[in-house]
Amino acid sequence: MSPAFEELTVGQEIGTRSIDVTRQDLVKYAGASGDFNPIHWNEAFATSVELPGVIAHGMFTMGAAVQLVSDWAGDPAAVVDYQTRFTKPVLVTDTTGTGEAGAVIDVTGVVGALDADARTARIDLTVVAAGLKVLMKSQAVVKVS
Amino acid sequence: MSINPDLQGRSYPAAEVYDVGREKIREFAKAVKANNPAHFDVEAAKALGHSDLVAPPTFAIIVAQRADAQLVQDPESGIDFSRVVHADQRFTHHRPIVAGDQLVAELHVDGVRAMGGGAMITTRSEISTVAGEKVATTTSSILVRGEGQ
Repeated sequence: MSPAFEELTVGQEIGTRSIDVTRQDLVKYAGASGDFNPIHWNEAFATSVELPGVIAHGMFTMGAAVQLVSDWAGDPAAVVDYQTRFTKPVLVTDTTGTGEAGAVIDVTGVVGALDADARTARIDLTVVAAGLKVLMKSQAVVKVS
Repeated sequence: MSINPDLQGRSYPAAEVYDVGREKIREFAKAVKANNPAHFDVEAAKALGHSDLVAPPTFAIIVAQRADAQLVQDPESGIDFSRVVHADQRFTHHRPIVAGDQLVAELHVDGVRAMGGGAMITTRSEISTVAGEKVATTTSSILVRGEGQ
């Protein structure tokens, strides 16, 4: 069910989501997106270019974070604009074979602005991993009924 | 090698056509942990008024990064891909991307700014159908880190 514009208020929380990330998820994202930069799957390469280790694709984090909004909207196509800044890398430790997450990304969405003429809601996302905000100005504009 | 400041204002015309396939939408949706049935089930997508499976909100990155590759791989650009960090990204959808779309992207280099030993490069992809219908505008900034950055 898509949200009704009249029932929304600025500051209202739309929900939260916790996303477990493994090295395998990064390999899957590399294949799905075509972004094969080895900093996202090869530890030795990542450290050789002065990164702390293998990091998630910024676009993986951006793409996974917006699912909270897609599900709230009911129709993924209702997300008409989506932007973010990538401020901190998400370090994904190698937990292969353990079933454990290599990183956890926590997403919270809040109604940041409402446009009565366009009947859109701007959802502001707070996206945190290892206690740090990894995305900033992460904003999705959603058409609501 | 340093970044070529003359890149600013350069554009790369639409090159190869990207055919949006159902299985690619499903694969990408799984990769970003999207569960909405409109990405997987044609009937669910049609029930929402779409002609076919709907792509997730960041799917256009596939098309945009193919366009970006023209710049990154341009020997004149001076960009070392292994030192590229994604700084920001935006998607503006003029209409949803659905399976069956045939997309092309025209790439524009909107900004080149020196930062330390590296540079911040802002690009924009104007994504449209082969028939000329506007589908999405994506903008992206990448930081090419200099040595020691």
